Amino acid sequence: MIRVENLVKTYGSTVACNRLNCRFDAKKVTVILGGSGSGKTTLLRQITGLEKPDSGSVFFDDMDLTRASKKDLYKKRKKMGMLFQGSALFNYLNIFENIAFPLREHTRIAENVIKNIVTMKLEMVGLRGNEHLMPSQLSGGMMKRVGLARAIVMDPKVIFYDEPTSGLDPISTGVIGKLIRDLNVKLDITTVVVSHDIASSFKIADKIIILYFGDIIAQGTVDQIKNSTDERVQQFITGSPEGPIPFTRTDTNYVEALLADTDKSMEKMS
Amino acid sequence: MADLTVDHTDTLLFFAFSGRLDAAGIADVWEKAGNGLRQGNGPALAIDLSEVDYFDTAGAAFIAHLDKMALGRNWDKTKITGLDSASTALVERIRKAGPEPSPDTTAPTGRARSFVEKKGRSVADFLYDAHTFIAFLGEIFWAFLSSLAHPGKIRWGETLRVAEQAGANALPIVALISFIVGLVMAFQSAIPMKMFGAEIYVANLVGIAMVRELGPLMTAIVLAGRSASAFAAEIGTMKINEELDALTIMGLEPVRFLILPRVIASTLMTPLLTVFAILVGILGGAVVILSLGHPFVAYYNQVVGFVSWGDFTGGIIKCFVFGILIAATGCIRGYQTSQGPSAVGEAATRAVVSSIVLIAVFDGIFSILYYMLGV
Repeated sequence: MIRVENLVKTYGSTVACNRLNCRFDAKKVTVILGGSGSGKTTLLRQITGLEKPDSGSVFFDDMDLTRASKKDLYKKRKKMGMLFQGSALFNYLNIFENIAFPLREHTRIAENVIKNIVTMKLEMVGLRGNEHLMPSQLSGGMMKRVGLARAIVMDPKVIFYDEPTSGLDPISTGVIGKLIRDLNVKLDITTVVVSHDIASSFKIADKIIILYFGDIIAQGTVDQIKNSTDERVQQFITGSPEGPIPFTRTDTNYVEALLADTDKSMEKMS
Repeated sequence: MADLTVDHTDTLLFFAFSGRLDAAGIADVWEKAGNGLRQGNGPALAIDLSEVDYFDTAGAAFIAHLDKMALGRNWDKTKITGLDSASTALVERIRKAGPEPSPDTTAPTGRARSFVEKKGRSVADFLYDAHTFIAFLGEIFWAFLSSLAHPGKIRWGETLRVAEQAGANALPIVALISFIVGLVMAFQSAIPMKMFGAEIYVANLVGIAMVRELGPLMTAIVLAGRSASAFAAEIGTMKINEELDALTIMGLEPVRFLILPRVIASTLMTPLLTVFAILVGILGGAVVILSLGHPFVAYYNQVVGFVSWGDFTGGIIKCFVFGILIAATGCIRGYQTSQGPSAVGEAATRAVVSSIVLIAVFDGIFSILYYMLGV
């Protein structure tokens, strides 16, 4: 379904994706795991074509999105749905209008049919009857569910989730996890999830890819990952502060750095 | 609060600290200690801390630093007295962790950026900004041209909404500013012209100035403050909220979907508002002339007889360009919004500043152009 080949993306001197190769199989749930700053959101943005990589390819249905014309890219996008980290609902539209938005912009479906579709999608995420609410009146978990309903309203073939459970309470996390799995099964949607939530990822994933500072350090089924002998993978799964993944990111001496500043201000005085 | 007494003997520089040696305390004695150390001629430093009643990491780092400076001047080992064992250990630890003393601590560390380098960098930044701006402008223009082929795809509803918000609703402020400009200009020029009995020529002055220059310019500047900032804030907020990405994923290009309606609305509304601005400005001048005892007909004939259609057309053509500049600048600055709580405000500010600068530059270009064309 989606194939990433030799993908490279850098921001200044930071390498966010370092020659990544991976594939996302059709109708399966693939979870991209990684700590903050490991490049997982960057990878997602390359796959969806929101950003262009420095080099490498992203094949979507055997079409290279990185070399596709704008028109083709936008055509393919109609087969994609995405749930954003902050839900990205349009604040000036109520729930109904938010979900109906892609339908109204892309199709000429009659208004009463649109109403039916929106009701069905809202039922799927368990929010039927709240059509008139504005996004500002919703809790974080409800916003994610509305965002999810909007993402699937065009019946996409692929759906991307950017940190779907971050900032949610345990029950909402469970609800979203179950929704991801249900939608995948019911609608046969290829699912790509970016997350750092180990517990819910293990519950929903068919395949897991673990990123560490722009490199893929492990990929495989949940069991394969659990039994991985890579110390970094184990540290990430157990969430231990001790291990090969360091806490500090700087290689300069702390006290030295402190005193260097003191020196400078002393010099200024003289 | 902390205090420091400095004492010299032939073989010793003596520092006696008292009070609280914490972050606030060392600030009090910092300068005195530094100067004392620099003026003293050693060959050893002794520090007495027995009068100190509070001592923490900041104090320890300070003491370790003084010690380091003394060593850096090739003095003997510093003698520290009056510290309990825990604090001594703290100083010792910081001293050990610190870098080797350099022979000359007053030598500047790190290269300061030269004037040329700073200027060069800001010019490079400016050129890069101009480059992205022009590229973006081209993208908007291309989107406009290609949607001309499918006019049904332009979001006319949104365009009308923006036209009302950025155009019709701006009418009172544009009218007010233009009226006052016309009035003040007429009044100021009427006084010297009256000395020559030429006050009726105030009509020519106000007419030509409003039509060719001030009408378009005042409208554009008001719109830059009103619409460019609004566009930047709207689009910037959407960007921070990931709504622009959401649109893109839905297969809706933000340039066509959000920016094009704003540019079209602004391009059409700026000339219309300018027509009003010119009219009201000339009426402002009329008030002065009437109060000087001339009939309105005389003023009217004088204006109409002097201002040509060429002047009027020239003024209005400028406005189309101003309209494009205002909307495009606002949208581009909004689109460039970075992350963070102050980003939208910054984008709005940049939008207003950039569009006013561009308006001024293009007004100059048009003046030269019209002069060469003989309009």
